[in-house]
Amino acid sequence: MKGKISIPRIFIYLFLIVASFLSIFPFFWMTTGMTNSAVDIVRGKMTFGTMFFENIRILFSEYDMALVLFNSIKVTGLTVVLCLLICSMAAYGFVMYKSKITQRLYALTMLTMMIPFAALMIPLFQIIVQFKLLNSHFALIITGASSVFIIFFFRQSFVTYPFEIIQAARVDGAGEFRIFFKIFAPSMKSTFFAAAIYAFMTSWNSYMWPLIVLQTNDKRTTTLLISYLSSAYVPQYGVIMTAIVISTLPIIIIFFAFQKQFVQGMLGSLKA
Amino acid sequence: MLAPLIFFDYLTQSIIDWGIIMERKLKKYGLIFIAVAMILLALFMFYPVLYSFYLSLTSTKLGKTDFVWFANYKRILTDPLFWTSLKNTFVILLIQVPVMLFLALILATILNDKSIKFRGFFRTALFLPAVTSLIAYTILFKMLFSYTGLLNTTLMRINLISEPIEWMSNPITAKAVLIIAMIWRWTGYNMVFYLSGMQNISEDIYEAASIDGASKIKSFFMITLPLLKPMILFTTIMSTIGTLQLFDEPMNLSQGGVTAATIGPSNSLLTLSVYIYNLSFKYVPNFGYGATVAYVIVILIGILTLIQFRVGATDDEKEARKLKKQNRREKRRA
Repeated sequence: MKGKISIPRIFIYLFLIVASFLSIFPFFWMTTGMTNSAVDIVRGKMTFGTMFFENIRILFSEYDMALVLFNSIKVTGLTVVLCLLICSMAAYGFVMYKSKITQRLYALTMLTMMIPFAALMIPLFQIIVQFKLLNSHFALIITGASSVFIIFFFRQSFVTYPFEIIQAARVDGAGEFRIFFKIFAPSMKSTFFAAAIYAFMTSWNSYMWPLIVLQTNDKRTTTLLISYLSSAYVPQYGVIMTAIVISTLPIIIIFFAFQKQFVQGMLGSLKA
Repeated sequence: MLAPLIFFDYLTQSIIDWGIIMERKLKKYGLIFIAVAMILLALFMFYPVLYSFYLSLTSTKLGKTDFVWFANYKRILTDPLFWTSLKNTFVILLIQVPVMLFLALILATILNDKSIKFRGFFRTALFLPAVTSLIAYTILFKMLFSYTGLLNTTLMRINLISEPIEWMSNPITAKAVLIIAMIWRWTGYNMVFYLSGMQNISEDIYEAASIDGASKIKSFFMITLPLLKPMILFTTIMSTIGTLQLFDEPMNLSQGGVTAATIGPSNSLLTLSVYIYNLSFKYVPNFGYGATVAYVIVILIGILTLIQFRVGATDDEKEARKLKKQNRREKRRA
């Protein structure tokens, strides 16, 4: 039976091919769009054009794409580093030093996992105003530095760590922080990597919170710029496509370079 | 004779003492390790959740904030824009989530079949949309479906239509575009969840079923679906939570973006989250009423999650719940 080409088989392949085509097509479209003018894109031109450098020029000179990219990289980079440090330490604390207080705090933390951002938005905005952090990147970094989901993600994989190794290190006289940084963390590289990808995606793609916090053009991030470009009365399609490609490219590169960890990070589990 | 025993006793006691001291020290370390995260969460999560509820009981008029108890919650009942946003959110939820999860399940079932060729390629291609940012894919779809967009030009070129269709000017088609875009973005993502769930189902079960004469379709319904139930439940809950918070997509799909007067033609893309944003940051700020609508989302998520847990419970869990109820009843009688 197996391996033979039957009629249902053909339909299955046809279905897969159509679905894959629909999935990939927008990527192809934005890549060719990047090299065409708005008029050509509207006309439905699907081949590569010659407008690539012109689009790049407009993006970088008129909309200061270099600064926007720098802003995004700065915010995302600092958020990811801080988030990994703070959340991994918290998860380690929850797993390795079980006491009544830590267990209760963990339960409380997990309870907030399903709270929608909309319910936090207004008080968060008021806190940021109080601290005089409005229109600053620090406001984005500090609020993204502690993520309930990433604490949960770390804990899930930390619980399987052999406790004996930590005990042995203690007997040898290693301090608690040295055990964490020198022994524990290096052996958990793939977990950290998957969490980093999740944190990166969340921060790089965030839109609502930057929209509320950042108010001047010199502070805006890539998502805000793309949104701004597309809301113009006469949208410059070629320029928008270029901006979309530039903002998506880092994620696509990470995806193809580290597919396995990427999927793990996106799904928030180590089972994928 | 007694000396060694006393010595032994002394030894064990001092080991226990040392253990207690160590335990206390370790407890202190536990708090140090979680301290930074807890301070940040207290400030940016626990406090806002509670303060948001307090806000929902207040109202600001002419710069003066009054405590109004549940007046805001009463106001919601007669607020037409609230009902529009609630209706829109639920229409999107009830169409998009089932269609997407059904497609994801079919694709996962096909790709789990080891005799299919190029499985790796198909899986990668179908997952690829999940790498795009919410803004990027929304704007791509907006361009695709615009009046002079690629879809209209293509349809006209192959003579399927004689005049461009105004997809984004009609409330129904505008909503359809949003749903199609969301299906494009999230189907592959959910498919990977199902694939990872299917990998945990042993091949032997299927073989035994096929020896017993079960067809592929029958074994899908009798084996795959029941064993995948926890995963289906999980994806349903996650998608529901995500859809109830829908913001980036409707905001950017609507003509004019953030500054637009209505979100989509006759507010057909106004979702709950967009409405909260408008109440708090676009109109004259009314944080109290915005927080009230936000708490409606919290309550909805709570209720829907509870329902989904009930529906998605395995037979064992249902049995356990029944027993618990019975026990309680008997206790009350006794």
